[in-house]
Amino acid sequence: MADKLDQQSRNEAAASPTFHLMEDEHGHGHGSPTMLGFWIYLMSDALIFAGLFATFGVLSTSYAGGPTPREIFELPLVALNTAILLVSSITFGFAMLAMEGGKVRTVQLWMLVTGLLGAAFVGVELYEFANLIAEGATPQRSGFLSAFFTLVSTHGLHVTLGIVWILVMLVQLQQRGLHVENKRRLMCLSMFWHFLDVIWIGVFTFVYLLGTIR
Amino acid sequence: MSASDHPVDHDVHSHGDTHGHGTMRSYVVGFLLSAVLTAIPFWLVMTGALQPGATAALVIGLAIAQILVHTVCFLHVNTSSEGGWTLVAYVFTGVIVFITIAGSVWIMYHLNTNMMPGMPTGQVSGTP
Repeated sequence: MADKLDQQSRNEAAASPTFHLMEDEHGHGHGSPTMLGFWIYLMSDALIFAGLFATFGVLSTSYAGGPTPREIFELPLVALNTAILLVSSITFGFAMLAMEGGKVRTVQLWMLVTGLLGAAFVGVELYEFANLIAEGATPQRSGFLSAFFTLVSTHGLHVTLGIVWILVMLVQLQQRGLHVENKRRLMCLSMFWHFLDVIWIGVFTFVYLLGTIR
Repeated sequence: MSASDHPVDHDVHSHGDTHGHGTMRSYVVGFLLSAVLTAIPFWLVMTGALQPGATAALVIGLAIAQILVHTVCFLHVNTSSEGGWTLVAYVFTGVIVFITIAGSVWIMYHLNTNMMPGMPTGQVSGTP
């Protein structure tokens, strides 16, 4: 029976070519190929980080007589940064839920909170870097420190660009509201932001925690 | 339902099923699980409650668990989103990431230990 109905609707579709279906998919926030394309971008970004993690893994004990992770890493600071990023993940989640409900102001509010948390994360990271450099633990000191700064600052750069994107979206939401394109952009940004949190799990585990007990 | 009704129907379900969506529940559950899965490794390392070997194994295991929690609860990867293609890409990437990292570390470890038997390791890896 279901087969028959299916056949019938297919026949009808064949009788009147349904190009409007494609258009609908195209302009649509969720059916659009943008989501899958953006996901593929994120996966390729993950491969960049895989290369950086591999480099760090190989060079992680190349201290060249310089400082070791245990001497220079401040775990409370890393724990603070991890907490900030984790909270920013759920605040972005709230923004997405507000988007589902069509509440522009609420979306903007949660996006603003997320952006501020992101800025706090970058701020703490820069403070950490400044301290390290002041102590003489500069990127050119040893292979370990080169790999450390490259990996962690690449992540920090991603977060910074995420903040820029959040600001752009705040302006777009202000000007155009929650239309289909903006919803699609918000969903891409949401994936980007959560993806950065996943990368950070790798960073705090493999760089900071495992570095400290090595 | 005729074919011409379809777009209208599609618009009504404007938050269609092609891409995974979060609910308040999934975000809160994901957040709580992540908080626990973050707190335990930090606590283990900062207090030194276990032997370093056991701590390392546990920390890595908890990180993998947390990455999976984020993937399901925050990134909404499942078998139905985008017709399962996000999951396929995700698994493929996971395999490549594992080969890249584990392979590099494995090969370079053996190079360090086998290729230069006379040199102290500090000097081998001492190149800045």
